[in-house]
Amino acid sequence: MDELDRALVNTLQGGFPICERPYAEVAARVGSDEATVIARIDSLLARGLLSRFGPMYHAAQMGGALSLAAMEIPPQDFERVTEIVNRQPEVAHNYARDHRLSMWFVLATETPAAQQDTIARIERESGYPVYNMPKIREYFVELKLHV
Amino acid sequence: MNARDDFRPLDDTDRRIIQATQAGLPLTPRPYHAVAEQLGLPAAEVMQRMQRMLDLGVIRRIGAVPNHYALGYRANGMTVWDVADERIDELGERIGQLDFVTHCYRRPRHLPDWPYNLFAMVHGRTREEVEAKAALIADALGTASRARDILYSTRILKKTGLRIGA
Repeated sequence: MDELDRALVNTLQGGFPICERPYAEVAARVGSDEATVIARIDSLLARGLLSRFGPMYHAAQMGGALSLAAMEIPPQDFERVTEIVNRQPEVAHNYARDHRLSMWFVLATETPAAQQDTIARIERESGYPVYNMPKIREYFVELKLHV
Repeated sequence: MNARDDFRPLDDTDRRIIQATQAGLPLTPRPYHAVAEQLGLPAAEVMQRMQRMLDLGVIRRIGAVPNHYALGYRANGMTVWDVADERIDELGERIGQLDFVTHCYRRPRHLPDWPYNLFAMVHGRTREEVEAKAALIADALGTASRARDILYSTRILKKTGLRIGA
């Protein structure tokens, strides 16, 4: 990553304008030109330095439901349960963590009822309880990393 | 936009815009025009609707999501704290303002197995860096914190963007 890549990663986390030529506007902010900015974003995505670029939709505000859920899975059963959990289209992210509660996943559903259905399905198919931890309150959310 | 517009729910056109853009924005000089063309809508309407969704918080923001692993932030620590319910909002706001905390939530306890009700996500290049940051959270919480833990991710099992169906 060179200085322009860094400037773009830092700038683009803050927000992207809604206007006719938004890349030209970003280019003016970072001292570059429109075609270069488009090519650089393309390259940052292709190299995996950016996971995505575009609007971040907020499930709860769309009438949907987001929750964090955890399970305690013994190592010998971990792969089987991973397959069951990952197979659910409602599971957006799933992480192994070094804790007795070893599997943590995010459920994104269009309704709270669908969330309960997905949890019931995972419990039935895996044979383990799901600890559902929907947020009660959000104090801060902004994934910003200065590079 | 008047106040009544703000409470208008999302309609089918909004949903079509969401579906067309949830995987990303086109990398062409006029990306909103490209989306509009794909959907057979005027570009001004697409921009207006996206601005409204941004104002309503349906779109959190438009921009880039850095891949923190690829950028060298390999230690992904979920710090969890047991704080008194009656003080959690005040403390949650305080912890959420620390510049290295990327998410901060109150979540339900599951006693007796899980006593923690405050979650603060901290990314670092190393576990030592995450632990140093967790120590700053501990300082900010002081005696209000009764128990704590840090859960590091060891494997990404699945990572897809949020998707809504047709």
